[in-house]
Amino acid sequence: MAGRFKPITMAAVVFFLVAAVAPLFVPSWATLFALILAKSIVVLGIILLLQAGQVSFGHAMFFVTGAYTAAFWGKYVGGGDIVLYLVLGAVSSTVFGLIVGLFVVRYREIFFGMLNLAFSMVLWSLLEKMFHYTNGADGIRVARPGLLGLAFTPETFQYVILYVSLLIAIAAFFGVQRYLDSPLGHMLRAIKSNETRLEYLGTSARRVLLVGYVISAFLGGIGGTLVAIIQQIATPEFGYWTKSGEFVFIAILGGGAHAFGAFAGAAMFEVVRFYAATQLANAWQLILGVVLIVIILYAPNGLIGLRQRDNRSKEGGH
Amino acid sequence: MANVLLSAKGIKIRFGGVIAADGIDLDVHEGENLAIIGPNGAGKTTFLNISTGYLRPQAGSVSFLGRDITAQLPRTITKLGIARAFQIPQLFLDQTVMENMLIAAASLRGHPSGLKALSSLPERPEMERLLDLVGVKEYAERKARELPEGQRKLVDIALALALKPKLLLMDEPTSGVASSEKFGIMDILTTALAKEKVTSVFVEHDMDMVERYANRVAVWSMGKIQKVGTPAEVLADPKVREHVIGI
Repeated sequence: MAGRFKPITMAAVVFFLVAAVAPLFVPSWATLFALILAKSIVVLGIILLLQAGQVSFGHAMFFVTGAYTAAFWGKYVGGGDIVLYLVLGAVSSTVFGLIVGLFVVRYREIFFGMLNLAFSMVLWSLLEKMFHYTNGADGIRVARPGLLGLAFTPETFQYVILYVSLLIAIAAFFGVQRYLDSPLGHMLRAIKSNETRLEYLGTSARRVLLVGYVISAFLGGIGGTLVAIIQQIATPEFGYWTKSGEFVFIAILGGGAHAFGAFAGAAMFEVVRFYAATQLANAWQLILGVVLIVIILYAPNGLIGLRQRDNRSKEGGH
Repeated sequence: MANVLLSAKGIKIRFGGVIAADGIDLDVHEGENLAIIGPNGAGKTTFLNISTGYLRPQAGSVSFLGRDITAQLPRTITKLGIARAFQIPQLFLDQTVMENMLIAAASLRGHPSGLKALSSLPERPEMERLLDLVGVKEYAERKARELPEGQRKLVDIALALALKPKLLLMDEPTSGVASSEKFGIMDILTTALAKEKVTSVFVEHDMDMVERYANRVAVWSMGKIQKVGTPAEVLADPKVREHVIGI
């Protein structure tokens, strides 16, 4: 069991090393990698829910909650710190995840997905319409925070936030893997294959899903807080359905079967956007669309599935 | 007479025009193997569904060890000590047989951890023993999906045994199994049940199975219990022979 995941864990370690070292040579990659890592953390949450066979089309609500938590603190209290923002963003999204989760874990599949979408659109409308508090569609600027009392120049700051994102991403990656290997994680996967049997073993499937959902909301909030700090702004668009779709897209692109899928998918997505957007202006979505079609047709398990498929055909060969 | 484990009184339920239970009274005694027989549509599976909380009867009550369980959820009833094996095996197909078993062990233990590895649960040797008992230990590390039907049935029963039940309800434990394997599976099963001191109720179509493995037989017909008795008594009854067995 442990042996089967080894190559992919190695791939993850290599990825983390590249994320740590490469931006030292190409400064413009610092922000690129920070964004990749922050989004990967959100997508890890999507992958958790995919284990239970559930797709949330509203997960941007936790992403935007994390982002606005930092923005509101900066606007109404002032004097932010990265650690403070992250703690607050994690707490607010976790609490929000628990509240929404109590409703959505009663539903499955399309109803689960749509109810999530509905909750996220309510939040998006509130952020958009409550102009007096939120600046509406313009969003709220997030001033560059310090870290544990230290202040940084913009040049240094992009590395600070990169390494903070990297540390959190590594912790999230190994944390999620550990969770998926645990009894609770296995029960989460059991919801996908046979929920009735799980109930007949004496376990509440709803409670198992709720735990997974709250963890995924927590990850969404952390990712949102990081992106707000990296981009120095929080806008309602962070919570719009297209953003939720983007996270699901990345999860499918990377592959939902393993935690590393989040990183593979986010890296592919952001790199294509980063380079295609400069070369082809508005055509980057077209490129990503084609990539997704190819993935779904030829590698339904995502980028990480390519290797697994390769292994399987080798096994079949002898 | 041994203690009454499960007691159904006046159970009634109808689905539209079909009366699946029309005043069912039945006691299940500790230590017995009770077979339920009857034609298709007589309400045998409905009785299992009601006893495990999957369906709620429109009238009547079910009690287990003196406690009313009529309106309880399946998982609550499971925790009280009634486990169920299914006609079509209900396994977690994407996980290995051992993982299936350990999920059951973690369920029984309650408050499953989100940090410790499932594979390191201390119940592992015990789960191995149960798989060995039903004769599928060699499949422990295989995905449940890869197992043939007969072996899945046995894993399904091992999963139920992992819950350390007092009573096991089985819906046609040998259906879908090649007839050459049926006796083998039932031999394994009854030995395992006796060893684990589990009382059992099983729905069965095959009279050879009933004759050989049941201590007592209840004959279902149109939502009613037509007759209860030892296999010899029941199989000697001309009415039963005509309506149920068809000879």
